[in-house]
Amino acid sequence: MAIGWYLSVSVLVFCIGAVGVLIRPNPMVILLCLELMLNAANLALVAFSRMWGGVGGQIFALIVMVIAACEVTVGLGLIVAIYRRQMAIDVDELNELRG
Amino acid sequence: MGSGDVLSAIIFFIAAIGAISGAIGVVMVRNPFYAVLSLVCHLISLAALFLLLRAQFVAAAQVVVYAGAVMVLYVFVVAYVGDLDEPLHRPGGALKVLAPVFGVCLAVELFFAVLGTALKGIGTSGAHFSLGFGTPAQIGTAFLTTYLFAFEVASLILMVAAVGAIVLARRRRGLGELEFEKEIRLRLRPAYTGTMAESIGVPARTPQPPSQIEIREGEPVPVTGGTGGASDIEPEPRTRNQQAWEDD
Repeated sequence: MAIGWYLSVSVLVFCIGAVGVLIRPNPMVILLCLELMLNAANLALVAFSRMWGGVGGQIFALIVMVIAACEVTVGLGLIVAIYRRQMAIDVDELNELRG
Repeated sequence: MGSGDVLSAIIFFIAAIGAISGAIGVVMVRNPFYAVLSLVCHLISLAALFLLLRAQFVAAAQVVVYAGAVMVLYVFVVAYVGDLDEPLHRPGGALKVLAPVFGVCLAVELFFAVLGTALKGIGTSGAHFSLGFGTPAQIGTAFLTTYLFAFEVASLILMVAAVGAIVLARRRRGLGELEFEKEIRLRLRPAYTGTMAESIGVPARTPQPPSQIEIREGEPVPVTGGTGGASDIEPEPRTRNQQAWEDD
């Protein structure tokens, strides 16, 4: 398969994730959609790594995975803290920081 | 086109369809629990694509770390918070219309950028590679020589994230919480049944029917309920969480 096909899949997944971040009100689902976007970037990185025959893209993909895991941990910690405060888990209602 | 190419094309299309439909499922499914399961499907399809790209170690890490560990974390938090069926869109937002338009525009633009590029390798199935390409040995060597700094920084970031998550999600009261629960347990015991407190002359506490005292997370503590009458702990209609908030 040509590398272009993999990049097309990556583009589609990235756009689906972006739309999900915009339309879903639940922060948990927004985190999931962020995962989608990061994974799309990962797919593109690995495809480019295959294209050049170098290992750097795969290293980068692994680092992205680490960053995604960190983001998930902190994000889910925030969601649990919000739940403990008995506030609504909805990004439209958590707007007190808005000026 | 040899038979191996046909086989890899078939596997590619199956995996690509799995990845895209999993992604659509994450966005479209109402229940967050099913969204997480859909993401697991997406991640496993993506691991198959990684394997087709000769990235064995990345594919294994994807399945073990992502589809295994991170998704378990998600499932735990969804189960803790409660799977709330929720409306898909925000009620009456302009985003409902604008977001898909934005997504389509972004897709078109990225397709132009990716497929209209002058990169020669896009149309080929990749460069020639040595036998050990993408194996753990090669990844490990690269991590510990060329990319050592990134490796160390990643470990530091993981450490900070773990500590940060614990700080964010812990219970605020620490040991005070235990005191509180001990108090409740003491109140559940019927009067004059031989507590140590009674033996040294402390007046027994007023009995209350145990069915009235059921402490659950997130509900007001029913201190004043039942036939008990006056008690020596003052009635607190606040919830435990608010209490924790104020004690901070």
